[in-house]
Amino acid sequence: MTASTPAPMVEAIGVHKRFGANHVVRGIDLVVDRGQVRCLLGPSGSGKSTFLRCINHLEKINAGSISVDGELVGYRRAGDRLHELRDDEIALRRSDIGMVFQHFNLFPHMTVLENLIEAPVLVRREKPKEARERGRALLARVGLEDKAGAYPRSLSGGQQQRVAIARALNMRPKLMLFDEPTSALDPELVGEVLDVMRDLAAEGMTMIVVTHEIGFAREVADTVTFMDGGVVIESGPPAQVLGAPEHARTRAFLAKVL
Amino acid sequence: MSTTTRAATAPEGALAPQAPLRVMPVRRWGQWIISAIVLLLAAMLIQSVVANPNFEWHRVWGYFLDGRILRGLGTTLWLTVVAMVIGVVIGVVMAVGRQSRNIVVSGAASAYVAFFRGTPLLVQLIFWFNLAALYPTLQFGIPFGPAFVEADTNALITPMLAAILGLGLNEGAYMSEIVRAGLLSVDPGQTDAAEALGMRRRQIFRRIVLPQAMRVIIPPTGNETISMLKTTALVSVIAIGDLLFAAQTIYSRNFQVIPLLITVSIWYLLVTTILSVGQYFLEKRFTRGDRRGEQSYLREWLVNLIPRHTTPAPAPVTAPIEIEGGRR
Repeated sequence: MTASTPAPMVEAIGVHKRFGANHVVRGIDLVVDRGQVRCLLGPSGSGKSTFLRCINHLEKINAGSISVDGELVGYRRAGDRLHELRDDEIALRRSDIGMVFQHFNLFPHMTVLENLIEAPVLVRREKPKEARERGRALLARVGLEDKAGAYPRSLSGGQQQRVAIARALNMRPKLMLFDEPTSALDPELVGEVLDVMRDLAAEGMTMIVVTHEIGFAREVADTVTFMDGGVVIESGPPAQVLGAPEHARTRAFLAKVL
Repeated sequence: MSTTTRAATAPEGALAPQAPLRVMPVRRWGQWIISAIVLLLAAMLIQSVVANPNFEWHRVWGYFLDGRILRGLGTTLWLTVVAMVIGVVIGVVMAVGRQSRNIVVSGAASAYVAFFRGTPLLVQLIFWFNLAALYPTLQFGIPFGPAFVEADTNALITPMLAAILGLGLNEGAYMSEIVRAGLLSVDPGQTDAAEALGMRRRQIFRRIVLPQAMRVIIPPTGNETISMLKTTALVSVIAIGDLLFAAQTIYSRNFQVIPLLITVSIWYLLVTTILSVGQYFLEKRFTRGDRRGEQSYLREWLVNLIPRHTTPAPAPVTAPIEIEGGRR
């Protein structure tokens, strides 16, 4: 982090992603500054989840570049060439980026606390005791300190998603990606997950959130980006994009979801 | 399901002071009758076996702890363990190989499975036993070049090694299918989550995917082990002194064919029973975090035969009575 002009946390330039003949992401430029919360909105199939997965290289991009904290994702630059990184190097860079999934993806054969300490111990070579202490503190923060020994299957969806957030945070990430974190939840459980995310945003975590929760976007996001057909339609402060959208497609979408 | 269907239309006030309701379980007379018939048939069968002098039970038990039989049993157990260990290791390697992004690797793994599953084990065993007929000497050296080490095949491939190769390589082909099914049963989201946490491919396989695949892999592997115990009897054709071969050796001299075959059958049955118990506990171990798989058939049967009256808590007065199963 340089004093004068710190690089943005995420900088995407002209990103394209194809699955065979299916051109899902068609040239996205996006800059997210440190401590900012960016919400990605858009209809299903607009490429927002795919784009999110490109940021930590779960999907390999076909053109363009993405850098996180000043480092290219998946590549190393030497002169005018990009060298693809080996799997282990990619894994190392990913460990600084937390991700929360729509379907939680907790490890079902491990207890909640084991879920939390697995990666810190294995990837960061932390002492299990330290990882466990921090894990318990995180569980307390998401209101689940009494569930440390429970298996994920015995938890509600909202509880599982809060554990998933704590699991990602236990790696002490500098960036958090949320892929529709409340879409698989019963309506009455959505609030508890959004509360945790709201707290996280208030603490200054840089977050990129793919969501359908317009209320959350309006309240928490610094910038809202509306995507459709694999491109950014418009981007701006929530009051502008959600309150007075410039584009007809944004208006049509908002009219349906609000 | 039995339910508490009452006159739900009765005025609320009339329900309040009543005593708690008793749930009357369904009487399952059919289960009583079928159980009685099956037990009767079983008793008849046991009587016919025990009382029939042709079984020569005194000879059966006479050979039961015979030194030659026990040595044969030892060989059978040892072969089973070694063949299964080789089979599981090859199975995991081949299953991973078939998922490889490298088509040469995945093709080779597929060819292996196709070959060893597609030819009879008995034939494979005889081939390994007669390997010298195809390759009189075995060499280790530069491909298509000079050899550093050379060995006489007949001296290297002993009958026991032929048996181990035959059983192990064949088992590897079957295990690879079982392991592959297990690996495919794990939700890809698990790999996504582990990758997002920065875990490496090897770590993900060992810590996340394989333990979850185990739930699917363990039950058929138990079956394979039990099956292998009996399949080892095939090695008697290449003169390995296993349990069956020990019995054959004895009855070729004294012609006590039936008693000796019963003796070894009891041994096979005994060991497979022990293995089944072990399999039960292994399965329990690997279904951690899963609430299914905990039921007692004996208890279920008894509950069905002798239902108990249960007294539920007094029906709530204000809430309407709900019929179980009526709501999704």
